[in-house]
Amino acid sequence: MRLTREEVDHIAELAKLALTEEEKERFAEQLSAVLEYAARLQELDTEAIPPTATVLPLRNVMRPDEPRPPTPREDILANAPAAEEGCFLVQAVWGVEPEPEVEP
Amino acid sequence: MTHYEPVIGLEVHAQIHTASKMFCRCPVVEDTGDLEPNTYVCPVCTAMPGTLPVINRRAVELTIMTGLALNCEILPVSRFARKSYFYPDLPKGYQISQHGLPLARDGYLEIDTENGPRRVRIDNVHLEEDTGKLFHVGNVSLVDFNRAGVPLIEIVTKPDMRSAEEVRAFAVKLREILVYLGVNSGDMEKGVMRFEASVSVRPVGSDELMPRHEIKNLNSFRALARAVAYEIEQQIKTLESGGRVTQETMGWDDARGVTYTQRTKEYAHDYRYFPEPDLPPLEVSREWVESLRRQLPELPDARRARFRAEYGLGDFETELLVADRAVADYFETAVGLGKVSPKTLANWITGDLFRLMKETRRGIDEIPVSPEGLVDLIRRVEEGTVNLNTGREILEEMVATGKEARQIIEEKGLAQISDEVALREIIEQVLDQHPAQVEQYLGGKTQVAGWLMGQVMKATRGRANPQLVRSLLTEALEARREAR
Repeated sequence: MRLTREEVDHIAELAKLALTEEEKERFAEQLSAVLEYAARLQELDTEAIPPTATVLPLRNVMRPDEPRPPTPREDILANAPAAEEGCFLVQAVWGVEPEPEVEP
Repeated sequence: MTHYEPVIGLEVHAQIHTASKMFCRCPVVEDTGDLEPNTYVCPVCTAMPGTLPVINRRAVELTIMTGLALNCEILPVSRFARKSYFYPDLPKGYQISQHGLPLARDGYLEIDTENGPRRVRIDNVHLEEDTGKLFHVGNVSLVDFNRAGVPLIEIVTKPDMRSAEEVRAFAVKLREILVYLGVNSGDMEKGVMRFEASVSVRPVGSDELMPRHEIKNLNSFRALARAVAYEIEQQIKTLESGGRVTQETMGWDDARGVTYTQRTKEYAHDYRYFPEPDLPPLEVSREWVESLRRQLPELPDARRARFRAEYGLGDFETELLVADRAVADYFETAVGLGKVSPKTLANWITGDLFRLMKETRRGIDEIPVSPEGLVDLIRRVEEGTVNLNTGREILEEMVATGKEARQIIEEKGLAQISDEVALREIIEQVLDQHPAQVEQYLGGKTQVAGWLMGQVMKATRGRANPQLVRSLLTEALEARREAR
């Protein structure tokens, strides 16, 4: 199971990683190896086993709808790299276009 | 010439106004637009490392109830999933939503169309969390997470609607149901309900699904209907001129009344859904579903039918009363007092009270006139303490000041003059002041009596009992004829 170059580009884009050509090459190898290893699971016969998304016996963990006071804003913003007017400050994002390639 | 048929599906997002957020205990507050940013947040809804979500039971219940109201099947096992995408309004880098195992699916909602009733199938009803809000300032954005983590119901229809009118009818009816269920206030201006429409057109007779345009962020019925109508028209034009419609995501420019292509890359829609490992699955027992079914309020269609049958109201006034649950409740409380007929109450509520609510931009539960207060006023009109016009003025004063009818009548001396001696005196004065008109009347121009009646009402500042004035005035005029 060999990942194509396009698939690596796509995964990097989804993960918002700016990879160099050399890294893309290397990660393609490594990711392929991981997938091959995981693919061994496909060999198991799971015909008689119902699918599940959890191995824990927990079900219906819920809480009553009771509010409690929020956290003070200065505490929430304390770790923000940048804040202004009581808000987190981020670089403007228009649409969800991929960011331009960063020049090395 | 080919005839085209629009094919339209909707995704509706509706905030659930629980007391606390979906996965943390921050209070849910309706967005009034002047809320201080980031004042209803905590480490969970801002995605601080190490925090874990806990499901709000009430939000799950309201979603199941919405599913039931939309005739859905409630799944015995449901679970949450992570929907990953990067946008600064989403603090975790993913939204907790549902995928594959929603709480409810395969339902329908019946709408009225010009060709009779029509079922719009519901694909699924699921539960997720709202995002934060961004304010763009130059080349930076400010992020406010007050809204992040507010429970959000998403209702997804099958592509069963065939016109902008049907889309509107569906949206209006869905809003009504959500308000009846107490899911939210239905206040569209506060963004409690948002729509996305996917629109395609195909030759009539075909049952193929064509490439569609998804129009995002439609926040009012008007925007929704206009955007859909515009898209239908554009796509037909494109096809008729030999062009092709390609799958695209569109925005809606309300000021210009046009849709436009949003430059999103198709692959950004790879959300990589996977089961949320932090939340164990939900097992929804039959007992739980049945107990929620019993909690369902009477829904709008059933209430309409009952209003017509039980109170003998017409379609029009029934519609006006039932469209808003609070109004319908108010009406029924007032009727229940048993002192005024349903018809009379319907007239007062949909007439004067609606006008005053509209003028003061308040809902029926925000005005200081209780159903008891309104009934008391109407009784005073019916008993003749005040006449109809004065009654309407008193209602205005009640809405403005919150005072009771009795108090306003006393303070302003508005009680109707039914004292015959006093009225005869006023009538004689009026006739003395207008000898020419009296002469005309006696000469056979009897319609002058109406004008003279107006003069008497004016002299009493509208407080005279009109029936009594009419008979006393005729008496006085006839007395003058005999005295000639």
